[in-house]
Amino acid sequence: MAQEDGDELEGERNDVRGDGKRPPRAVVGSHRIEEEMFGRAFDQNVIRRIWAFARPYKAELFISVSALLIFTGTQLLIPLIIRCAIHHWMAPGGIDHSYLLAAAGAFLLAILVNFAAGYTQEAVIGKTAENVLFDIRRAMFGHLQRVSLSFMDKTEVGRLMSRLQGDVNSIQEFLANSLFSVGDVALLFGIVFVMLWLDFRLGLLTLSVLSILFIVRIFWLPRARDAFMAAHETNSVTNGALAEAIHGVRTVQSMDRQQVNFILYGDKARANLRTHLIAAKYAQVMVPIVDGLTGLAMAVVIVVGGSMIMNGRIDVGVLVAYLFYIQRFFDPIRSLTLQYSIMQRAMASGKRLTDVLDVKIDIQDKPDARALSAEMNGSVEFRNVTFGYNPNHPVLKNVSFRANPGETVALVGPTGSGKSSAMALVHRFYDVQQGQVLVGGQDVRDLTQESLGRQVAMVLQEPFLFTGTVLENIRYHKTEATRDKVIEAAKAVGAHDFIMSLADGYEAQLGERGGNLSLGQRQLISFARALVADAKILVLDEATANIDSYTEMLIQKALKKLLAGRTGLVIAHRLATIRGADRIIVFQNGQVIETGNHDKLMAMGGLYSKLYNLNYASFDDIPEEKLDTTATAGCRT
Amino acid sequence: MVSRPGVYRKLNSVWNTPVSNDAIGGATQSLNSVTHLEAAGRDLSTLLRITRMSLRHRWQVAFAIGSTLVAVILQLLIPQLLGRAIDQSHIAIGGGVTGAAAEGALWISALLLLAVSALRGLFTMVQNYFAEAVGHHVAYELRLACYEKIQRLSFSFHDQVHSGDLITIGMLDLEGVRTYFSTALVRALHLTMLIGMGAYMLISTDPVLGLLALSFVPFVGWRSSVTQLRLRATWLDLQERFSVLSRVMEENLGGIRVVRAFAAQTYEMLKFDRASKNALDLAHELADIHAPNTSAMTLSYFFAMGLVLWIGGNKVMTDEITVGKLTTFLTFMTILQMPVRQIGLIVNAFARASTCGSRLFGLLDQDITIRDAPDARPLEISEGTLRFDNVSFAYPSTENRAIVKNINFEARRGETIAIVGPPGSGKSTMAHLIPRFYDVTGGAITFDGQDIRKVTLATLRKAVAVVQQDAFLFTTTIENNVAYGDPWAKEQRIEHASESAQLHNHILGLPAGYETVVGERGISLSGGQRQRLTIARTMMLRPSVVVFDDSTAAIDAATEQRIRAAIRRFANERVTIIIAHRLSSLMHADQILFIDNGEIVERGTHEELLAKRERYKALYDLQMRSE
Repeated sequence: MAQEDGDELEGERNDVRGDGKRPPRAVVGSHRIEEEMFGRAFDQNVIRRIWAFARPYKAELFISVSALLIFTGTQLLIPLIIRCAIHHWMAPGGIDHSYLLAAAGAFLLAILVNFAAGYTQEAVIGKTAENVLFDIRRAMFGHLQRVSLSFMDKTEVGRLMSRLQGDVNSIQEFLANSLFSVGDVALLFGIVFVMLWLDFRLGLLTLSVLSILFIVRIFWLPRARDAFMAAHETNSVTNGALAEAIHGVRTVQSMDRQQVNFILYGDKARANLRTHLIAAKYAQVMVPIVDGLTGLAMAVVIVVGGSMIMNGRIDVGVLVAYLFYIQRFFDPIRSLTLQYSIMQRAMASGKRLTDVLDVKIDIQDKPDARALSAEMNGSVEFRNVTFGYNPNHPVLKNVSFRANPGETVALVGPTGSGKSSAMALVHRFYDVQQGQVLVGGQDVRDLTQESLGRQVAMVLQEPFLFTGTVLENIRYHKTEATRDKVIEAAKAVGAHDFIMSLADGYEAQLGERGGNLSLGQRQLISFARALVADAKILVLDEATANIDSYTEMLIQKALKKLLAGRTGLVIAHRLATIRGADRIIVFQNGQVIETGNHDKLMAMGGLYSKLYNLNYASFDDIPEEKLDTTATAGCRT
Repeated sequence: MVSRPGVYRKLNSVWNTPVSNDAIGGATQSLNSVTHLEAAGRDLSTLLRITRMSLRHRWQVAFAIGSTLVAVILQLLIPQLLGRAIDQSHIAIGGGVTGAAAEGALWISALLLLAVSALRGLFTMVQNYFAEAVGHHVAYELRLACYEKIQRLSFSFHDQVHSGDLITIGMLDLEGVRTYFSTALVRALHLTMLIGMGAYMLISTDPVLGLLALSFVPFVGWRSSVTQLRLRATWLDLQERFSVLSRVMEENLGGIRVVRAFAAQTYEMLKFDRASKNALDLAHELADIHAPNTSAMTLSYFFAMGLVLWIGGNKVMTDEITVGKLTTFLTFMTILQMPVRQIGLIVNAFARASTCGSRLFGLLDQDITIRDAPDARPLEISEGTLRFDNVSFAYPSTENRAIVKNINFEARRGETIAIVGPPGSGKSTMAHLIPRFYDVTGGAITFDGQDIRKVTLATLRKAVAVVQQDAFLFTTTIENNVAYGDPWAKEQRIEHASESAQLHNHILGLPAGYETVVGERGISLSGGQRQRLTIARTMMLRPSVVVFDDSTAAIDAATEQRIRAAIRRFANERVTIIIAHRLSSLMHADQILFIDNGEIVERGTHEELLAKRERYKALYDLQMRSE
């Protein structure tokens, strides 16, 4: 699959046509790398997992299947009643009126039952499939809340979203359709049975004509599916190119690529048109075949049945009933053959869903986990901690340090030295391989994650804001925080002024991920959020990006407010922050190599003093070659 | 054509459309606010416009409509033939004719039936195919028109219209217009002919039975239209709720570290459940609208059939009509059942085409505000001098508040101008005026004495390059991304530009080097790497004016210095304009403009401004102190 895509991309690139209008390095839209769309038609394991979600709705399922069968039964019955009626009108030797009344009564009853059963199955099947779909989605979403962060780091959000949407939907489609196919199968067998029962020979003859359709469908289906897939594929390619043009319109215009892009897009749009026309041909070619076969079956019935009537073997009513059944015969076949593709798609989706649901939850509360009390002292201690995402390659080696209550500790060191991993352990995002991480004097593995989270607040390097108002973002999960408290926090971190300058103040809606605010402003809001959370311990990863000096000044002030009265662990990049810390811990290659305050470390003349003396505004600005010559133990991770 | 209850199909299609979810989300409103079409009579004129577009495919339309007519006639023959056959076999028992003659008559009926059925199928195929084909051709034309329009519409348009809305128009609305010819127009024609001719045929045979056989048509047509329109409204509402749900999930997964850091899983589950239940309730409502109406339509149909049977049966007994005639009535009802139920779909298709069409045409009819003047000439570069002559600018949305006020400066080839100032002071806006992303509202920008509004856009934008703040990467190879503005470029030049932007070594370290696919669906680059790629991309163009619009914020100071050193080699060939926060990036400029509130408040070299001891000096002190 990947190979093929690569080739196609390659082909696209080498496609230099002589007209000079299609440059060698120009493409619009990307070739979509589709996921496996069809799986095996039947995967027992997947079926079992889906069934587990359907089981709570056993009663509904029972009702809908019963309603379906009754519905199908009445559909089969109606032509039979008509047949009886006709038979009795024709009956030689007078008309039995009571019989006719009975037939009329039966007909009325049949259509009323048909109405009730039809109503029930439509309503119940639809709702049940919908319920199962929402349950599966909820189970997955809930599971994703608990799986290890390393899984989340590895997996793109887009990919997970397509599980939660597309894949869950194809399961729902499958559920609803498989129930309907029960009805289809029943109808098909019912028609076959009734035909054979009415007259075995005529039935057999008619069915042999109709079964030709099966054979035709078998040849038609794979080809048609390829054609439909190609149409679907070119559609998404064309739409992808359009989306790209929309998102990148400013670049397109400033690079003056409109003309070239239009030509290339034209190629894609033409390919799209072509595949759709082919798909339309495939879809329509079945129409004359079905109609022709129906005509043939009716012709056979008329000729053979007609002579049977003349022989007195069957009555006219049977002939009429046959004609009715023949016209209905193709409907179940059509939907059943479609069902096959739906099943294949559902199995592929189901497989992907179970893959997500089966991701192991590494970090779980112990059965006897205690809640971390709000009265704990707020100390953080690492005792001989060794940790690696891959146990064979530890990123922290035998790390020990302690942050005392109320202290601000700055963690510094080159990129990849293990600072961020150490901070993730405080929160128990991962479990240590050796040693212990203690918060408030207790091993984090003995505490409930919920209570730990309440006492350890975290501010990430990239401030993340949710869609909603400023107020909701600052308050976040502390739903009990009053508006005054939120405003107080915003004032404390210096965000109040710019919030008030927004059109609706605290009620201003933030765009997607706070897109309408500057990076510095988003940072301040995330500070305010941490302040409202009011945790004893604050873990902060300072932003590295350049922020304009005005906002920078605000942030430095806010930081002081935020850290006052809390234990602070700061992954520091800016010298101003580092100098303000009570203690500095210098990391290198997963080890703590120096500890002390600024003056002490400068006096020591180690890595810190060397880095400091290079005179960069931030340690991250130091070019690699200088670091290499400075760092004593050359190699960096 | 029997279709499964439409709801389930539709439910699935919400998320299967290849549109990003935010796109579906906030659709519709904002574009409507910028279109200036009048509401009155809009629907009709929209439909007429789509019809006109369709009719341009003359031959295909002729085939589609001609086949429809033939197919309807053939279809109406089938009940007649069946009735005839029944009568023939019935008469045979009565002994009215000899066995051989009866059999011969049956054979003729059978062969006729076979031929008529097969031909009907054939003509229906032609009808459907060409109806579809017309739609696809119209869609193809609209697709191209849309693309071209979107590419050409000026920045101020794109500022006001959410990209998600444009995507909705280009994908979903286009679909609505595409299906108009086949689903709305041809089907309506087909149905009208079928009912019209059928009614004539039946009523002329037996008025009472004919009216009874047709009695379900008005009821089903009415119910199905009402239901479809209600389903559509509910459906649009459901889409909104789904997009809220998607957003909750997407933000949760994207911000999972925040969620975990605040131990907010419970809160997030509550948020999810609320959004989920909202959507589920409405999804149930869809089933509640659908189920009773479908069943009621079936009931009315069967009820009419029962009446036909009862009355018709009595007539058969009194020999008023034959069994064959009765069969004709019954078969005709079976034929009519499906198309009549589709009246709702047809009504819906008209409604959909008119709303989708009006949005689509609203986009296509937009004026392109920034375009070549009628007498535009190619830009001729001699001295290479850029001048701002009393330039003022206000965005169309806030017309009375100028963002840039009376700016005057001149930059000669080889000079570097730096622009500095607090956030929101109008620096970027100034940069965007030079390549005419926006037109000045006062004064003029000239290049070698030529007003940039009087030269062609293509030559102007070749000469002026802006390195944007937000680097947009196309999902293709790095090589193609760097060569975006010059897709004919030789490999060597691409590598060279990447070297200048300090990106070359990083690229070589990637799995496929320059062939590595980046962008939305490729590997992701860090903010700094993206900015460096944008710089490389701009360097490919060899512009006469290059503007760095705060485009090095995510690049560390040391790398930035090296980039500047690499670029400086060519600096004497062009005018360089630098907008930056980091004073170290701009203190070597020939002239520094300190902007506040859209005005130049200080100007001079670094030394001159420091000596002035005013705004620039204050900023300088602030930055030095934090180091």
